[in-house]
Amino acid sequence: MTTGREHPMTSAVSAADLAPTPYAQEIRATGLKVRVGRKRMAVDGLDLSLGTGVHGLLGPNGAGKTTLIRTLATVLRPTEGALELLGESAGGTGELRALRRRIGYLPQEFGYYKRFTVREFVEYMAWLKEVPGADIPAAVQRAVERVGLADRADDRMKTLSGGMVRRVGIAQAIVNDPAILLLDEPTVGLDPAQRLRFRELLQELGTDTCVLVSTHLVEDVAAACTDVVLFAEGRLVFQGTPDDLAAAGGTEDVGDSPLERGYSALLQGPGQGRGAW
Amino acid sequence: MSAEHASARIIAGYARGDTDLAADEVWAVEAHLEACRVCRDRLAAAVATGVPAVASLVDSVWSGLAPELAVTAPVPRRRHRPAWLSGWMTPAMVPWLAMVVGVTLLALLLDRAGSGSGFGLGSGSDGVSLVLLFAPVLPVLGVAASWSRGLDPAYELTASAPRAGLPLVLRRTASVLGVVVPALLVGGWATGVMVAQWLLPCLAFTAATLALGGVVGVTRAAVALAAVWAAVIVAPTLAAGGRTAAALRAGGLPVWGLLLALGIGVVIARRGAYAALGAHR
Repeated sequence: MTTGREHPMTSAVSAADLAPTPYAQEIRATGLKVRVGRKRMAVDGLDLSLGTGVHGLLGPNGAGKTTLIRTLATVLRPTEGALELLGESAGGTGELRALRRRIGYLPQEFGYYKRFTVREFVEYMAWLKEVPGADIPAAVQRAVERVGLADRADDRMKTLSGGMVRRVGIAQAIVNDPAILLLDEPTVGLDPAQRLRFRELLQELGTDTCVLVSTHLVEDVAAACTDVVLFAEGRLVFQGTPDDLAAAGGTEDVGDSPLERGYSALLQGPGQGRGAW
Repeated sequence: MSAEHASARIIAGYARGDTDLAADEVWAVEAHLEACRVCRDRLAAAVATGVPAVASLVDSVWSGLAPELAVTAPVPRRRHRPAWLSGWMTPAMVPWLAMVVGVTLLALLLDRAGSGSGFGLGSGSDGVSLVLLFAPVLPVLGVAASWSRGLDPAYELTASAPRAGLPLVLRRTASVLGVVVPALLVGGWATGVMVAQWLLPCLAFTAATLALGGVVGVTRAAVALAAVWAAVIVAPTLAAGGRTAAALRAGGLPVWGLLLALGIGVVIARRGAYAALGAHR
């Protein structure tokens, strides 16, 4: 017989799991404006509500997608308007620490330390995200396994291919089990097979997380997203299901698939579609 | 047996896989077994004595696994970067800190050579020490390296983390000073400069970099302050033929102290600014 500590019968469900959520939707923005530089409003009066699920953020280059995601990641402060994340106001200069612990973020330019191993890097990010010290090894292992890098976990980052580095980026974003996951162009550099696996991971995460994926690949949206947000020149152009987006396009619109035709039909408003690009 | 442990009936029932255990009892006993070593041992004993079918199954799995486990060499433990070290300094800072220490040593060597031969900047009791001349700007370079968009590849990730903000800035600044100050102490001791004479300007400049950095970005602040230092202190010193500038003499110490207090005050007042992207410019 071992000298195990006397443990009371534990409940398999913790109180935190049973607590009701104090918000209806994870992300709520009303009249959101974000200035970049001195003059340009990259996000210009956005009203947006996003709940649990996978949301695809589509839009032409320079539409303000990255600025919007940075604002939601709380690294940029809104110039005007209200932003509510997980029921808490994220607009002001208040304390963001508790909120940030529940957000996962993969920036467009994912920078990393070449000399770190995958595990060291994800551990370092877990430390930065204030994951309790005792939980870090298990959380890191789980995140690395979820992106399929368990066999490369102890290799240095500089030996990884571009697609693998991207997956490390996703692993660091999910290491703190976020309630809001923000991924800025996560599929860049992934080969087709990896992209399929990534879409599966997105769907899995979307069952209990609010995932916002910015992309310029319409097919990613069709395959993995429950909801499409079309964004152009800092404003919301369309929000709905991928089927709604496909229905918006007619046969006369430009594009190879129904979704692409819907995309170009919605962006052909006044002032849009200037020039060859 | 303590009332806090699962009863013998439940353990035995669980071992047999009986259907007479209610679903909630199975659920509860599994949750308990995960946390309780004593009951796991009792379960093992119950399986060994009461349920030969399960015991033989476990034995056959073990006998299948044992040869494979025997030939698999344990993975050699890799040299692991200690987690606390990453908490105090990012890899991006290391080359800059090495440079800072190198510059200190170089200044020290030049000082020694200058005073030995009567050539160079240091001549006589009024000659300026190169250590003194460089001390205030050296930590500024290290601080800039730890908060720079260009030098720290993971700057955006760091800025978005909950730990970002003043505590992390101070932590990294402290590790920069932890390397720079001992190097300067050796230099100051070797050249006979009073500690307060270089330490106060050094700390004042570091605080000013952080204070200004909250507004315009730490890298820009570092560059601006290094330029100011060169224009206000270094250039007049060189022009005056190596006489110690008035600001660096003992009489200037209260001013440096005041600047240090001011810098710290601004940093504390604007602590929210270090958690946004702006401070990384």
